[in-house]
Amino acid sequence: MALEGLKNIVLTYVTKEYLEDDSEPITYDTPLISGGIVDSFSMVSLKRFLENKYAIQIPDDRATPEAFDSVNKIATLVEEFVAKKG
Amino acid sequence: MSNIGSYDERLRNFSWRIAEKELGYRPGDPVNIGWYCTDRICLMGKADKVALYWEGFTGAEKTYTYNDIRLATNTIGSFLRGLGLQPGERVCLFMDRIPELYLGFLGILKMGGIAQPLFSAFGDESLFVRLSNAETSAVITQKKHASKVRKILDRLPHLRHIIIVDHDGAAPLRNREAAFSLATAAPVETFDVHPTKAESPSVLHYTSGTTGMPKGVQHVHYSLISQYLTAKWVLDLRDGDIYWCTADPGWVTGTSYGIIAPFALGVTQCVLDAGFSAEAWYKWIAKRRVTMWYSAPTAIRSLMKAGDEIVKKYDLSSLRHLASVGEPLNSEAVVWSEKVFGKPFYDTYWQTETGCIVISNYPGMDVRPGSMGKPFPGITGTVLDPVKNEPYPTYGKIGLVALKFDWPSRMRTYWNNEDAFRKKFRGGWYITGDRSKLDKDGYFWFAGRDDDIINTAGHLVSPFEVESALLEHPAVAESAVVSKPDPINLEVVKAFVTLKAGFTASQGLDLDIMNFIRKKLSPLAMPQEIEFVPSLPKTRSGKIMRRILHAKEWGEEIGDTSTLEND
Repeated sequence: MALEGLKNIVLTYVTKEYLEDDSEPITYDTPLISGGIVDSFSMVSLKRFLENKYAIQIPDDRATPEAFDSVNKIATLVEEFVAKKG
Repeated sequence: MSNIGSYDERLRNFSWRIAEKELGYRPGDPVNIGWYCTDRICLMGKADKVALYWEGFTGAEKTYTYNDIRLATNTIGSFLRGLGLQPGERVCLFMDRIPELYLGFLGILKMGGIAQPLFSAFGDESLFVRLSNAETSAVITQKKHASKVRKILDRLPHLRHIIIVDHDGAAPLRNREAAFSLATAAPVETFDVHPTKAESPSVLHYTSGTTGMPKGVQHVHYSLISQYLTAKWVLDLRDGDIYWCTADPGWVTGTSYGIIAPFALGVTQCVLDAGFSAEAWYKWIAKRRVTMWYSAPTAIRSLMKAGDEIVKKYDLSSLRHLASVGEPLNSEAVVWSEKVFGKPFYDTYWQTETGCIVISNYPGMDVRPGSMGKPFPGITGTVLDPVKNEPYPTYGKIGLVALKFDWPSRMRTYWNNEDAFRKKFRGGWYITGDRSKLDKDGYFWFAGRDDDIINTAGHLVSPFEVESALLEHPAVAESAVVSKPDPINLEVVKAFVTLKAGFTASQGLDLDIMNFIRKKLSPLAMPQEIEFVPSLPKTRSGKIMRRILHAKEWGEEIGDTSTLEND
């Protein structure tokens, strides 16, 4: 899987779903959870998006605030589970 | 020795005059919370004492002395007055946990306005319901949240001002908008604080109920009396403390114990405006040398989940006293905190309507893990027989948590909804909506809600509100919303949905509905799970039987199904 493509998809989705029109644009490293952009409740919908999009299952114990705290970290996590899928 | 000393002795000698005397208040005097939290502390010789250490998620830091907050609140109050806002008008605060939220709250009170803090994650529909009900005159917000207000502006004829505290000129101000910058505004040294009285309305907090729309809980300036004393005796706040209340001022804990009580006590508090992270929280406690920490069971359970090893990386020896609020604190969490922090979290029980802690565990008193504790001195609490509307004559029976409605910070009414207010009373007792039992020593033990309200991470979510919003989704025909158990949040929202013709259940659709609710209402109200069903259980008269769905989620007995409509 092309990581850059994955990152762009995640970045676009987070921007569309979690940012208001006048918000500062985010980067691959912008802290999403610790920065208050995506709270712990909203993480569920983000996890669902990733699972639907990439046909993977992310176990709850891996879907932590730390693992979801930036587009880069999310992409790394998704890549891992896509690779496991084979 | 704790501030409360002996709980039993305090019971014998109690009067709210204790707090009035300490605050220098005599019945009939003007009382303005904003003045008590700022000017009075400076007059006591603490002008140079740090009132607030603030840090944002980028690492930006700000420090305010009591004189700084006196000037800032004067400046904000003066600005609001300059816009033509009058005492009694509602001014909403719709911001992240930035300094302007805390200082704006007090500035509104100083000019005699009614402060209406709203959680900054609310969607535009949640915002609309609360602003239209209160006929709010002004909203103080940030540019990132202003677009939500703009979306509903045409439906809010009473809203005259949208005040943006971080306007940078990149885009022009729009209709009804004004910019205000605390950093660049000329500080106002002398401000005529509005002479509010004990019964003058002060704060409007919206709370969800089982049925109907959220209700505005109206508080008064006299609430200061019990907020001050409960903070002193339950949270044991002292002059040299560094206090951290993790609650957002969009909720009542964040105002009663995140602004009013600590500042009225002249204590130093610290605020971290960042999302939850166990590492960041422990780092903050170590950095600021936090001595008193008031947090919530969901956060505590999240810390438990993060593990004990992280705790060892940080010097948390400054912690002297810990307390918890928002939902029942499970005994495992109490035992765990004793193990890792060397002291238990003391559970405190209260609600938006009570304005202050009413039942609690106290320093020096035997903590029974899992128990709510005992009533605060001066507050009469009981467990009511729901049939007779009288206190049970013996202990051990589950009934309604009820209080004699006579402490200073009790709500005075629901805004424009006296009818709903009157319904909160039975047999002369105020009914909290919670159930519990008393043990032989007078400790209360929580036994669930008496209604369908969902308590998720300590915040109340109305199934009715979520169901109403779900019906606005084009695919949804009918819905029923119940709570579902969750190991971290205690309960989360689950929705059962039937679809309109032409729509098919799919993972994409359930995500679409989740996002729809999250943006319309709030992340808290977003169903964490959606189950598509061919039909909902109903009575023969067509009423959806949520309790059947609830029982299935919780593994409980379904109970009487004689009124259930046959398929």
